[in-house]
Amino acid sequence: MGTLDANEAVASVAYRMNEFFAIYPITPSSPMAEFADEWSAAGRPNLWGAVPSVLEMQSEGGAAGALHGALMAGSLSASFTASQGLLLMVPNMFKIAGELMPFCLHVTARAVATHALSIFGDHSDVMACRQTGFAMLAGGSVQEAMDTAVISQMATLRSRVPFLHFFDGFRTSHEVSKISLISDEVLHALIDDDCVHAVRDRSLTPDKPVIRGTAQNPDAFFQAREGCNSYYDALPGIVREAMAAFAAQTGRTYLPFDYEGAPDADRVIVIMGSGAEAAGETVGWLNDNGEKVGVIKVRLYRPFSVEDFAAVLPKTVKSIAVLDRTKEPGAIGEPLFLDVVAALRTAESRGLLKDSHLIRVTGGRYGLGSKEFNPAMVKAIFDELAKPDPKPEFTIGINDDVTGLSLDYDPDFEVVPAGMKQAIFFGLGSDGTVGANKNSIKIIGEDTDNYAQGYFVYDSKKAGAMTVSHLRFGPQPIRSTYLIRRAEFVACHRFDLLHQINILDYVKPGGIFLLNSPGDPHEAWDRLTRDLQEQIIAKDLSFYAIDASTVARNCGMAGRINTIMQTCYFAISGVLPKDEAIAAIKYAIKKTYGKRGDAVVQRNYEAVDRTLENLVKLDYAKTADSNILLAPLVPDNAPDFVKRITAMMIAGKGDLLPVSAFPVDGTWPTGTTQWEKRNIAEEIPVWETDLCIQCNKCALVCPHAAIRPKVYTPDLLADAPATFKSTAFKVRDYPGMLYSLQIAPEDCTGCLVCVNVCPAKDKSNPSRKAINMAPQLPLREAERENYEFFLKLPDPDRAMLKDDVKTSQFMRPLFEYSGACAGCGETPYVKLLTQLFGDRLLIANATGCSSIYGGNLPTTPYTTDPCGRGPAWANSLFEDNAEFGLGFRASLDQTRTYANVLLQGQGKLVGDDLISSILTADQSSEAGINAQRERVAALRQTLTGQTSKEALALAQIADYLVDKSVWIVGGDGWAYDIGFGGLDHVIASGRNVNILVLDTEVYSNTGGQQSKATPLGAVAKFSMAGKALAKKDLGLIATTYGTVYVARVAFGAKDAHTVTALREAESYDGPSLVIAYSHCVAHGYSLSQGVEQQKRAVACGYWPLFRFDPRRTAAGENPMKLDSAAPKASLAEFTRNETRFQMLERINPERSAMLQQMAAASVKERFAIYQQLAAASEPASPSTTDSNTPTA
Amino acid sequence: MDLSTTYLGLPLKNPVMPGASPLVDKLDNVRLLEDAGAAAIVMHSLFEEQITSQQLAEFAHTEFSADSSSEAGSYFPRMEDYALGPDRYLEHISKIKEVVDIPVIGSLNGTSIGGWTDHAKLIQQAGADALELNVYYVATDPNETGMEVQMRTFNILEEVKKSVTIPIALKLSPYYSSPGNFAKSLDSRGAAGLVMFNRFYQPDIDIEELEATHRLDLSNSTELRQRLRWIAIVHGHIKADIALSGGVHSHEDIIKGIMVGATTVQVVSALLKHGPGHLATMIQSFERWMEAHEYESVDQMRGSMSLGHCPDPSVYERANYLKILNLWKV
Repeated sequence: MGTLDANEAVASVAYRMNEFFAIYPITPSSPMAEFADEWSAAGRPNLWGAVPSVLEMQSEGGAAGALHGALMAGSLSASFTASQGLLLMVPNMFKIAGELMPFCLHVTARAVATHALSIFGDHSDVMACRQTGFAMLAGGSVQEAMDTAVISQMATLRSRVPFLHFFDGFRTSHEVSKISLISDEVLHALIDDDCVHAVRDRSLTPDKPVIRGTAQNPDAFFQAREGCNSYYDALPGIVREAMAAFAAQTGRTYLPFDYEGAPDADRVIVIMGSGAEAAGETVGWLNDNGEKVGVIKVRLYRPFSVEDFAAVLPKTVKSIAVLDRTKEPGAIGEPLFLDVVAALRTAESRGLLKDSHLIRVTGGRYGLGSKEFNPAMVKAIFDELAKPDPKPEFTIGINDDVTGLSLDYDPDFEVVPAGMKQAIFFGLGSDGTVGANKNSIKIIGEDTDNYAQGYFVYDSKKAGAMTVSHLRFGPQPIRSTYLIRRAEFVACHRFDLLHQINILDYVKPGGIFLLNSPGDPHEAWDRLTRDLQEQIIAKDLSFYAIDASTVARNCGMAGRINTIMQTCYFAISGVLPKDEAIAAIKYAIKKTYGKRGDAVVQRNYEAVDRTLENLVKLDYAKTADSNILLAPLVPDNAPDFVKRITAMMIAGKGDLLPVSAFPVDGTWPTGTTQWEKRNIAEEIPVWETDLCIQCNKCALVCPHAAIRPKVYTPDLLADAPATFKSTAFKVRDYPGMLYSLQIAPEDCTGCLVCVNVCPAKDKSNPSRKAINMAPQLPLREAERENYEFFLKLPDPDRAMLKDDVKTSQFMRPLFEYSGACAGCGETPYVKLLTQLFGDRLLIANATGCSSIYGGNLPTTPYTTDPCGRGPAWANSLFEDNAEFGLGFRASLDQTRTYANVLLQGQGKLVGDDLISSILTADQSSEAGINAQRERVAALRQTLTGQTSKEALALAQIADYLVDKSVWIVGGDGWAYDIGFGGLDHVIASGRNVNILVLDTEVYSNTGGQQSKATPLGAVAKFSMAGKALAKKDLGLIATTYGTVYVARVAFGAKDAHTVTALREAESYDGPSLVIAYSHCVAHGYSLSQGVEQQKRAVACGYWPLFRFDPRRTAAGENPMKLDSAAPKASLAEFTRNETRFQMLERINPERSAMLQQMAAASVKERFAIYQQLAAASEPASPSTTDSNTPTA
Repeated sequence: MDLSTTYLGLPLKNPVMPGASPLVDKLDNVRLLEDAGAAAIVMHSLFEEQITSQQLAEFAHTEFSADSSSEAGSYFPRMEDYALGPDRYLEHISKIKEVVDIPVIGSLNGTSIGGWTDHAKLIQQAGADALELNVYYVATDPNETGMEVQMRTFNILEEVKKSVTIPIALKLSPYYSSPGNFAKSLDSRGAAGLVMFNRFYQPDIDIEELEATHRLDLSNSTELRQRLRWIAIVHGHIKADIALSGGVHSHEDIIKGIMVGATTVQVVSALLKHGPGHLATMIQSFERWMEAHEYESVDQMRGSMSLGHCPDPSVYERANYLKILNLWKV
């Protein structure tokens, strides 16, 4: 037995049964590829003694191509993917199936992006592959996912039909469960070596040359296409045989369709994936309570075997509900529903069934995007089927108050098997709650006879992310593939979470509540709100408290409370005798952190040892006596939409929102992060007016726009709160003006970047700077009031501001309080972009970190200025972002052209002077933009009341006469890899678009996989031995067009350069590419040092700063300007601070030294190239470049 | 001419060895040092504090961001073969032992009693012939007394002695109230040798940025004098061997060291400046000088200029101080 998640379980068998993997990271399948890569790097052999090779490609499309080639050349190959990645493989899937190539593609089934992206599970991706010719086999649990992976491999080898093996993303892929493992011996017994040899016999080789991939004409194609029929006809039998052989080896039986329930059931649910487990569990309970119901679990979905389906369908069935975890708008029903309907008729026509027309078949959708599917919903479906006139089409799990399709269900209905124990832990990502709970599951699974299950839910923020761990254990295998509704044990690992969601709602009456409470734990009761006290009393809970944060701090583990809370859980719950539990926890600590070093292990041991003496069981009053009342989650002055919709989602009650609450096409209001006050910083910056030199660098580097300066006239201070700080503005041009630097106390993440960048020190005590950190809680109320006052102070006239760093920060950021990591190196660029051009900005955003912190609900950070203008933002996909943004530009230009035509046709009405001034306006400055806006306003005034078609059309699009700034934003995974082809085409188009590449040198959002931007010598996922090739020089490539503005920037090294580059890029009437160095958690150092590290990157020549401006060519100058000095520090001074480089030193010092030497040489060479380009004295002749200079 | 000597119970072909430094990080350098005549190899120090802080920092940098997001369970690959402890250091000792025939002396700087004893055991297991305890400690707490600082060192010696069987030397700083008495106390507690003295990382100040900076400059021969004085004073009062460390740049410096009573002389800065091969030049010059001056053995020379034997012992005492001050009178 082992306790692991399905990703690891499936990867473990796929790895052993194959030779080659071409992969590309995509959630939630990435861990499978990572496991395969790690095992390959560690030299772990497959069944035949060879170490499989793993190749990361530039996209799933690329991976599919490589797989097709490897299969053609005779290697046993496999891959892992999901969602959009699977869709990118579809063209090759048709080819692979058409050429009858044995192959397994393991898919963590995930929603395909439609009105929105969802990383979560449903079957819309796999259902989009029905036509490819792949066989499709599903597993519904961690055990089944592993077992069906093996059966897929067996069957594909025997049948030659490729398999899409799938299991539910997250619910199965990420569920940790105690399962039976499969040994090499069993795999050897199951895999037919003759079939393996046959694969090689069919390989494309010049020793036996054949030709494949011909082009066929109408005389041949159709017949040849039909040639594969017999392979598909034979496939169900082959799968049955494989399942039988598997059962003989393992004792676990499967059929193409498995039936569970009453043999004489009158109602049956047909379902596949993890929902089948919840359905099966509920069916058992219902039948025990007098019902006659059953569930058919679809394993082999393609080919759909009518015979096998008819064989398991009870003859007594009167009604069937077919559940699809996908949506096909406009279809008669979803795919599985249609298959079942057709199967019934076909079965009857083949004599397998009688009177199939008497069976009522309804189709239901459930679980889209990982929506819960639990016993309450299963029961509701059976109840519906029992009605004389059930809904023919329904949804379950939501409240559809628009089309009325949804079924009602009793949310309190639960099916908890006898002996099962349940616990829920609310924690933070950074406190290690999830990691400790994974260990707890392993302890229970491996140190007791119990079966155990763990499932982990994360919120959508990166900084201060909340995690919810659901733990179950019991004497029987756990089939509850859904969240715990109410648990006997609930722990809250961060006190503030109590004010965000109603955690006590998750505790059963008489249950246990454990709270990490700051301060004396004996006083925890007094710190609760009245509402919480009332719930504890009403539920008669056992209430335990500990100040885990202080215990952790005293053990030298500040912020890391996981092992402390884990020890509390074991001590209170009594899962194991205390001493055994502590020994097991320590063993798990050693196993988990042993490689991190003895100090880490010892600190964790110490935390465990100090826990029990600090844990307190509280005797509380029988009446609630607290004067603390729960504050509303969003303030009263929030917009109605935010109060009705967003607030519910923030409170974790989004599931309760009906269909009518949501925009129908994915269009949401912007500027909603301002209403979600997360209070995640324990310490926040405090401004010292006497020391501040008003450089505004703190504001520039703040990733969350949580520290802002303002300049204003003294009279505006009349109503200032008592603690509001201000001082004289130290600029001669503004005599008598005041300056304030204000913290957003509830939005700050406490990342320290601002404090570290602050150059102003107290001359008598240099440890005191112009901003210093102080505990947030005592400051919260006063600073909240100060910040509200600050925001109401007027913004300066943008047209009057200079183009430098300092004044850029007086421009209102229109990107604020995002969910990006504390200390994020990307967001300062995005924020600056919105400060400079936010009121006329359209952003096309590639999928990745920037789309998640930019557009993940419940709240989003792009906002508006007091005029209501602000960035308009959209995300299409990962791979198409450059093209998406080019489409923006094409449309804007087209509309502008039309507006010009319409305007010119309104001469009599508008007047030639205004028309001329609008058409010839210089909009290259803030003043120019403002003037044009005034002209357009005048135009609108003139058009008011006009009824001609032309006038009305012009009125509609008049705002397009004001220039818009199109920015295409994304990370290096997009720009260097998956989207490079599109990016290249877009910069070659000559159109006026600006591209901002937030270069973290790694796929950050999916967890640190290498991209072509990853530097030489760095360790990343898929580059465990340290990357041996230098980073692609995207900037240099772009300069070769000669017509693209290209800049490489690093705000931490030279902020003025960044501001200049962004302004130049925007002003260039052609394509611009700005590559921005972005420090990242995936680099492995404290991001509070990000600015210093950027300085080192530039100082050692690792990240040369430059601007290549084609306008200079046109002026007869050298377009290339190298903006950073020749390296004056060694590369090692930069790399030694980052774990990504240092890791290799620990693993393989010789290789590390070699790669570092190569990297140092490469840095020198590249810098020399830049120097050479910048020093070139003979630029191309203006006459040549003129013809290439694009015009909009 | 007999250059041989015995240090920490280890018979050495001569009294000159490279002191603890990064020179020995590369095996090639170690071979060069042996070829150049090094009597023994002293490893660079294993700093418990450095290991601990590195472990905790990397733990924080990699684990604190893990399990925080649906899409990224971690940001770094899981490493099967990941050494973030003393393993590399210990492996290096073993490798050095394989490639040289001369004794290898481990060097350790601990912060906790457990750290001292555990790592000392590991260094012994890795094959070190002796152990130098680098008791580098800066008493920043004004409430800590000199006696407490000394007691800390006594405890370390006592505990480490219990945990290993190889001989132990202590590398001292010169900043004790009575270095002679301290040396005697260590001697009586079983120290096999004393290394005199450690060189501290001296803080500097960046007057523009108002920041403290740290740097370690290479030593020069003027630093030798402090060593000469204290070795001259201690010699004859203790049984433990004395290694002179700091400021040895020429064969004359070696001679002076031996003359005041050092059993061995450690060289670092000169080798960092001129390369490992420079050691051969120094030893050969030392030998030639002895021949020219008709010394028969190192033992004959050792201690000849110590406080007890020096023709004018007052230079080691207060008189020396007064004399120097007078020289600076204007």
